[in-house]
Amino acid sequence: MKMEKFADQPVIENVSRRNVLKGVVASGGFVLAAQFVPSSAMAGFAYKTGADGMPGGAVWNPHVFISLDASGTVTIVTHRSEMGTGSRTSLPMVVADEMEADWSKVKIVQAPGDEQKYGNQDTDGSRSMRHFIQPMRACGAAARQMLEHAAAMTWGVSDTECKAQNHKVVHVPTGKSLGYGELAAAASALPTPKLETVELKNPSQFRYIGKGKVQITDLFNITTGRAIYAQDARVPGMKYAVIARPPVVLGQVVSFDEAAAMKVPGVIKVVKIARTPPPFKFGPLGGVAVIADSTWAALKGREALKVVWDDGPNKSYDSEAYKAALAETARKPGKVERNEGDIDKALAGADEVITNEYYVPHFSHATMEPPAAVARVSNGKAEIWACVQSPGGTRGDVAKTLGLSEADVTVNVTLLGGGFGRKSKCDFALEAAILSKDLGGTPVKVVWTREDDLHHGFYHSVSYQHVTAGLKNGKVVGWRHRSVSPSLMSNFMPDPHRESALELGLGLIDTPFNVPNLRLETGEAVAHTRIGWFRSVNNIPHAFAMQSMVAELAQKLGRDQKEFLLEMIGPARIVDPRSSTTSELWNYGDPFETYPVDTGRLRRVVEMVAEKADWGRKLPKGHGLGIAAHRSFLTYVATVVEVAVDEQGNVSVPRVDTCVDCGFAVNPERIRSQMEGAAVMGLSLAKHTQITFKNGRVQQNNFHDYKVLRIGEGAMDVRTHIYPNGIEVPSSGVGEPGVPPFAPAFTAAIFQATGKRIRNLPLADQLTA
Amino acid sequence: MQVKVNSQDKAYAGDPQMPLMWFLRDELGLTGTKFGCGAGLCGACTVHVDGKAVRSCVTPMSAVSGHAVTTIEGLSSDGNHPVQKAWRAENVPQCGYCQPGQIMQAAALIAEKKGKPSEQEIYSTMSGNICRCGCYQRIFAAVKLAAQGA
Repeated sequence: MKMEKFADQPVIENVSRRNVLKGVVASGGFVLAAQFVPSSAMAGFAYKTGADGMPGGAVWNPHVFISLDASGTVTIVTHRSEMGTGSRTSLPMVVADEMEADWSKVKIVQAPGDEQKYGNQDTDGSRSMRHFIQPMRACGAAARQMLEHAAAMTWGVSDTECKAQNHKVVHVPTGKSLGYGELAAAASALPTPKLETVELKNPSQFRYIGKGKVQITDLFNITTGRAIYAQDARVPGMKYAVIARPPVVLGQVVSFDEAAAMKVPGVIKVVKIARTPPPFKFGPLGGVAVIADSTWAALKGREALKVVWDDGPNKSYDSEAYKAALAETARKPGKVERNEGDIDKALAGADEVITNEYYVPHFSHATMEPPAAVARVSNGKAEIWACVQSPGGTRGDVAKTLGLSEADVTVNVTLLGGGFGRKSKCDFALEAAILSKDLGGTPVKVVWTREDDLHHGFYHSVSYQHVTAGLKNGKVVGWRHRSVSPSLMSNFMPDPHRESALELGLGLIDTPFNVPNLRLETGEAVAHTRIGWFRSVNNIPHAFAMQSMVAELAQKLGRDQKEFLLEMIGPARIVDPRSSTTSELWNYGDPFETYPVDTGRLRRVVEMVAEKADWGRKLPKGHGLGIAAHRSFLTYVATVVEVAVDEQGNVSVPRVDTCVDCGFAVNPERIRSQMEGAAVMGLSLAKHTQITFKNGRVQQNNFHDYKVLRIGEGAMDVRTHIYPNGIEVPSSGVGEPGVPPFAPAFTAAIFQATGKRIRNLPLADQLTA
Repeated sequence: MQVKVNSQDKAYAGDPQMPLMWFLRDELGLTGTKFGCGAGLCGACTVHVDGKAVRSCVTPMSAVSGHAVTTIEGLSSDGNHPVQKAWRAENVPQCGYCQPGQIMQAAALIAEKKGKPSEQEIYSTMSGNICRCGCYQRIFAAVKLAAQGA
């Protein structure tokens, strides 16, 4: 196949592609003076975040992120991966605003994996804006001051007489001005000012921040098919690979017969890939790869391949039996994780004790783009093109896998066709690297099919939640919540057989209820597959159980659900679980002092969503309303869901209201899109999605049996209400927090409409069977 | 065999069972047609064959011999087809991966219904196109907007 004819295919603009920055460097851009500022400089910011605790920390140096050429084009490096949340637009937008750059003259380039240079790149945990609004504001503001200083030097006047305004610096007393392009050479020769001398804009001067008027940078390319994802990446001379992986996690190849596969026209080679021994982190599952001239030939070759597998220790994993085992464990006392008052005494003395159990199955992320990566490993160097959420981590893992130093590994980040946590795990990039090395340096693209994606994922953890409440005189006097779920830590260490501090931190340990006797427990659960974080992670089952139980208690006591939820949350206060927990508090990796558990904010989103949704509004027959609220990723979200249930039991969702308090709202337009998407994903998992295992194998194969929400099924009228905060309220996450409250609000609404409680997700045919 | 792709004649001599999607992506480098499921279940690979929306991942090359294929790259010379413009006006995309398929499906629907698809027709036709980011509310709005401008 000749590559010349594809010369007009758009390139992925990565910083590492020298041609992109060549012109900038030649004309004296900031990038010339690149230097590394240690993250200890972060001490100067208004509030502390967890950024410093992440690999690479935070970097704000404009010499790293901004280059300016003589024509006035500002090139801003974006170091986080774009999977649909908008960070590739929103972070550069913050830089441009503080810099007084004209957005129409801004070009965005994607950083390769290099955390020492750019700071942390692990695009996960709803962290991009939370950790980088301050560094990116400082970065842009420092550049603005450098431009003002360059103009002052040129004119021989004082800095205080020079003011940057929309891509030029104006000499205020005379009105004369110099454009940013004219100042490029002088400004880029200046050192970065000290952080304490960097003056941030007054928010009243923001042009783009907080406005929601900037469209995503890839909008035109996406709508014209020019946007490049890893599945689309093309490198001259590239071959295509698909891999037959062990159908059971930790299974292995016993033997294989490649004869028939090699007869398929276009097939070049069949290569065995070794299984990564546990704990496997993101290491390949192993298997047999078929490498060919085209994807189609590789697929046909894999079909013809004969492999004998040893299924290994997980061969009897069976979701039905496992669910029963989780339930049995949840009914027995577990390990106490947080304890207040005396729950046993409270339950013994209660008028009534109520227990309910809730189940949430495994999910697959099923990103629209199945995982894919291209690798070229030759002459002791590796170059990767991949849809990875963590290019820095991928760089380290590729180096380790190939026995190279990180300096010899380049990880180029394409756009990600969805991420949801799946693409934090770079197993597919490691497979490509191994195969290119095996071929002696020929570039190889590893293509995952949808079946591969569903069969070989890192699944959202299955869980069973057992919640008991003691009622006395119409009040909840005791609350005991047992959570049983295999841990994702089993990928990284010997299986801890219960939720870790990290997973408890995902919406259980910070239970905000105002109940005098409270105990949170975990039970033992062994992982039999790869468990991985899925958008919102354990917040989904924890919130489903907690908020469903509140709804059930409200009904039991004949109380309005919203009023009772507010009573359970109690007065506005800071709940500090550290006083009553035996395990370390994981507050999403961020300081509790910056991001405490603030029940005042949780109350406020409940009150605001109730008002906006006209809570208690009169509904047609067969309709119901439900409400739920949850703090996750340091953001507070409350959701009101309206359902309509027809006589056959088919459920639709005519309207959703979501109120989000994410601190200062940097890009309201993308916050809305995240909340709309969270409602769709929330409804998708509440209604349809589950991965089940039989004989260790995933039973779902493609979108016909792994059902996801389609257009028109509901959540077509999602109204997002953003709580207005000033810049002094630390920004928190928005990618994930919209999801957890959806399912319990949805099932509470179903109860109001039908009188039936849904305690096992997904809904599937529970109302129609 | 010969097939017209975006008004250009292309020759193909390989496996007649190979899906059109791989010809477009691997051989012509037209990667705007996305691989999502390979089974006609998600719509990411939607193209037009003689003006009608088809799933190129389950359309064998033998079926398009002598026919005219339009991909997202050929939908409009300047990227300003009314559906593309509506998609931008409504800020539809999040990750964007499914959007070329959504746009091709919507463009075929609007052409077929002469700019007047009913709400039910929009739902039933677009329900073959999955978006995991959950842009459905905006997709619906964009289809309605594009239909007005068609």
